[in-house]
Amino acid sequence: METTSTLEKTLRLLALTLVVIFFMFPIFWIFLMSFQTNETILRIPPQVIFEPTLSNYTALITGKLTSAAGTLDIAFMKNLGNSVFLSVTSVALALVLGVPAAYAFARHKFKGSEDIAFTLLSFRFAPPLLVLLPLTQYFQWLGLANTYIGLIWVYQLICLPLILWIVRGYFEDISADVEYAYRIAGHSWFATFRRIALPLAGPGIAAAGLLAFIFAWNNFVFALVLASADKQPVTVGALAFVTSSGIQYGQIAAAIVLSVTPTLALALYAQRYLVEGLSLGAVKG
Amino acid sequence: MSGAGLQIKGVDKFYGPVDHGVHAVKQLSMEIAKGEIVALLGSSGCGKTSTLRMIAGFEAVSRGQISLAGREVHTFAPVKRNVAMAFEGYSLYPPLTVRENIAFALKASKLPQSLVDEKVAYIAKLLEIEDILGRYPSSISGGQQQRASLGRALIRDADLHLLDEPMGQLEPQLRAILRGRIKHYIKEKGLTAILVTHDQTEANALADRIAVMEGGVLQQFDTPQMIKERPANLFTGTFVGEPPMNVFDATVTVSGDTMVFGLNEGVRLEYAVSDFSPAVLAELRNRKKVSLGIRPYAVRREDGGVPARVSVSQWLGDQTHIAADFAGGTMVLVEHDRVRLGLGDMIALKLDPHNLHVFDGESGVAVSHGPELA
Repeated sequence: METTSTLEKTLRLLALTLVVIFFMFPIFWIFLMSFQTNETILRIPPQVIFEPTLSNYTALITGKLTSAAGTLDIAFMKNLGNSVFLSVTSVALALVLGVPAAYAFARHKFKGSEDIAFTLLSFRFAPPLLVLLPLTQYFQWLGLANTYIGLIWVYQLICLPLILWIVRGYFEDISADVEYAYRIAGHSWFATFRRIALPLAGPGIAAAGLLAFIFAWNNFVFALVLASADKQPVTVGALAFVTSSGIQYGQIAAAIVLSVTPTLALALYAQRYLVEGLSLGAVKG
Repeated sequence: MSGAGLQIKGVDKFYGPVDHGVHAVKQLSMEIAKGEIVALLGSSGCGKTSTLRMIAGFEAVSRGQISLAGREVHTFAPVKRNVAMAFEGYSLYPPLTVRENIAFALKASKLPQSLVDEKVAYIAKLLEIEDILGRYPSSISGGQQQRASLGRALIRDADLHLLDEPMGQLEPQLRAILRGRIKHYIKEKGLTAILVTHDQTEANALADRIAVMEGGVLQQFDTPQMIKERPANLFTGTFVGEPPMNVFDATVTVSGDTMVFGLNEGVRLEYAVSDFSPAVLAELRNRKKVSLGIRPYAVRREDGGVPARVSVSQWLGDQTHIAADFAGGTMVLVEHDRVRLGLGDMIALKLDPHNLHVFDGESGVAVSHGPELA
């Protein structure tokens, strides 16, 4: 172990504190906002000491928003459900399609394999709005507009390339000979894929899945254009708080806290996989 | 022997399109009897590993046939070939212990657990890995991993065992001990094995026959002794043997009772015509240029021989290696006694006719070994 001087330790602590404050402050402020009414939020100068209220959360959970102009229905819980459903199914589908594809790209060099892999990656280059306008037309013809299937399909533009390219790297990192050794001991290639390649690339697949989940969860523009209120996720649903009688900052803050919680919890839970997965080398035999 | 062992017939391997890609193995044909140990010997990129992988089924055969135990296997998936293999990169399964890795190879054979344990214990003792059976591959050394990988291959009862550089990571002493044990084990069980190596000591010690490969072409396939005594061409002659064979360009002239090899810098080696068989003489008469080879062990210092100037003389503890300027090149000789020679000392060299290897000056194909035709 190297010895560090007290000065170095202090400086390090200071630097870390600054970084943490810089990144965490907005979230912390939003957290505080979610327990305040619009009046206390908009006070000038802003104050950290206030009387906390749960009214924002009750409004979101009951779906009734009472404001000066009257009562408004808020479909926030429905939106939250949509977010969970859309993200989970999109990532699941992307894993089912992407992991075998990533394995194929990693293990079998066939004519045009690089081109196909790159084309799939290029989905992420295109500005989503450019894709969305013609897509809206097609989806209306196909009857996919404003359906979960249509949204999950479009979400593959986000999830599939991500999973494909990250997982491919993990498969390439596994020595092909480990698989050969398994095959020559009397197992089919599919058994080898299932019992050797998949477990060894496990941390990578988990990391890619988690990243894809976060990207899908945070998506805004696809659902904004392609879905109506009852299919929209929280990212779009939060727009409802911009009402004719003003912006409901307290509710927005509470909505943000509620919608960040699942991804945050997931990331904390899967932290081990994320570190292991994103630092590579962990799967070498 | 045909049908029981391994037969490779006219096999080509191209990486990329057939006939246009990289031609890694060229028209390889060889037959290995059941119970035989064969070493594929060659430098990196000579096609030996490609050959091994085609036999195992990890690389497709571009052309030709491979039969094993009477079955044409070259189109089979690896799982159907009944071949065991030890990989150069060990390729142990990381989530399993060494014991599980080795026992795992027997899983497909559905043996009772007691017999599996017995076999694992036997192999572990043979390879001296008993103390690490409970450990995971990531926590043991490269040499231990290599032995575990070797054990995983040897424990199986396959038609053919492929060993890819099986002992490259071991310490020299252990390597020497294991060579003997492994050979004994393979012979005792009547296994057929192909060993890929670039270490000729290993090939000599383990193999019944050695297949020397270079540039994707099988150069010679013979016993270690024959390869040393009667190399088929200049490549085998210089590749096998340590230190390598001395080679000099020469012209041949036969006049009356004497035959003269004319080397560079006016060096003349004169022999009586009676030292060579009439067939050799007839062959040599037709050639203007030849390559003359002689093994370092066969070069003698003797008064009245051809003078040479010592450039290096080294006592290695059991033999002396001497290098001397000779005919525009370097002649290396080995003596078993300690010889004290200094830089620039003059020595006289004698090259006995029965130790001479003559190769064609252009193709490198052997013409004669000593007095006899190649």
